[in-house]
Amino acid sequence: MTGKLADWTRGAEAIVYQSCGACGNVQYFHRSFCAACGAPDPTEKRASGTATVYATSLVCRAATPETRAHVPYNIVLVDAAEGFRMMAHGANDLAIGDAVIVSYRPFAGKLIPYFEKAK
Amino acid sequence: MSFITGVGLTSYGKHEGSSSLDLMSKAAELAIADAGLKRSEIDGVLCGYSTVSPHIMLATVFAEHFGIQPSYAHAVQVGGATGLAMTMLAHHLVDAGVAKHVLVVGGENRLTGQSRDASIQALAQVGHPDYEVTLGPTIPAYYGLVASRYMHEYGVTQEDLAEFAVLMRAHALTHPGAQFYEPITVADVMASKPVAMPLKLLDCCPVSDGGAAFVVSRERTGATGIRVRGCAQAHTHQHVTAAPALSELGAEIAVAKAKAASGVAISDVRYAAVYDSFTITLAMLLEDLGLAGRGEAAARVRAGHFGRDGAMPLNTHGGLLSYGHCGVGGAMAHLVETHLQMTERAGPRQVRDASIALLHGDGGVLSSHVSMFLERVR
Repeated sequence: MTGKLADWTRGAEAIVYQSCGACGNVQYFHRSFCAACGAPDPTEKRASGTATVYATSLVCRAATPETRAHVPYNIVLVDAAEGFRMMAHGANDLAIGDAVIVSYRPFAGKLIPYFEKAK
Repeated sequence: MSFITGVGLTSYGKHEGSSSLDLMSKAAELAIADAGLKRSEIDGVLCGYSTVSPHIMLATVFAEHFGIQPSYAHAVQVGGATGLAMTMLAHHLVDAGVAKHVLVVGGENRLTGQSRDASIQALAQVGHPDYEVTLGPTIPAYYGLVASRYMHEYGVTQEDLAEFAVLMRAHALTHPGAQFYEPITVADVMASKPVAMPLKLLDCCPVSDGGAAFVVSRERTGATGIRVRGCAQAHTHQHVTAAPALSELGAEIAVAKAKAASGVAISDVRYAAVYDSFTITLAMLLEDLGLAGRGEAAARVRAGHFGRDGAMPLNTHGGLLSYGHCGVGGAMAHLVETHLQMTERAGPRQVRDASIALLHGDGGVLSSHVSMFLERVR
């Protein structure tokens, strides 16, 4: 979270990942080093927002008043075109293997990535 | 060498008015008595955690409350794998001569001590605070994701998963301490309220109050010895976003190392105690451990393979799904039941032969794994 590029976790309409200059590993959870080889200062890059659905779970029972207002909502894991996996929300009709593209929506007071089928 | 010399277990469900320490003490008392020891002979204490009453030094809080002054004590936190992780540590501690009798204890008033929403919310925090928890997932959703992928890759259906809930409930009906005592069918599971699809209410373990404990000793204290033959762990990730492919999960790694450490093969195993927080957890772990082929566990349930009279009796007390889940104590009940089976004290639930058992625990979202083989020696 120390990077220069703002992403959705900081209220911006963007997905930012890190790429290691030493070994080429890409990672989604930001750190000041590469988790594969330990090299410092991986480069931050903005992702294209295109991805493939890896897994889905439609949440019908939420645990807080803020999230309960949104049920049902589809939690998805997607494999980004750039080679990292991330969690996001998705359209309720998504199936594993679908090609998807991101947009951003408000959820429980924050802006979150939302994937729909690519046209 | 180490032996499980005594076990203690409360009923699971509601224990109105009991604190986490009360439930831990009750189970500890039973385990020490079962081992034929005096509490002053306990020189090591390992305990888990309580989400209702968090404390940075729970083992010494417990020791003071219980009235003992151990020479070794601390808490262990590995989510659902905590019970077996503590047992593994206790095994190594007594084997190394650090302690003679280690009390392993867990207990929590998770059902009556806080709201169900508070429990669900506390547990969701195993997710990544920035990249996952913000999205409003729940523990069932983390496992729902895994379930969707597993069903996709191996052709498992929701009806298949329902079989595990039905089996655990059938087993719980034969144990007076279980939280649930109404029989259920596959149709009941399918018709139960959606929680985090493909998981429905009856695919999920409940929230319970309860406590469990055992004593791990350097020497056996009774005629029959239940020996820790070998154990191992594997930790591949914490967050489901960072989990490896289904074919590279920690259960396979842990059980392979435990087999190597013990010289036991899956074909030697006569009783299985496997973590079952959700139906998908049990289905996947059985297949990862080699107790069923890929995508075949449900067919084995239907054929009676995992029943009391089957070839591989499984969680005969009803597991987390139907005996109940009080946090750390939840999966410790699996070991208590295994001990009762191995010492032929399981009454109407007694299986024909439980001479060698395989136990497996899972913490997080299939993140932390502990596999253990126990063997009966006379």
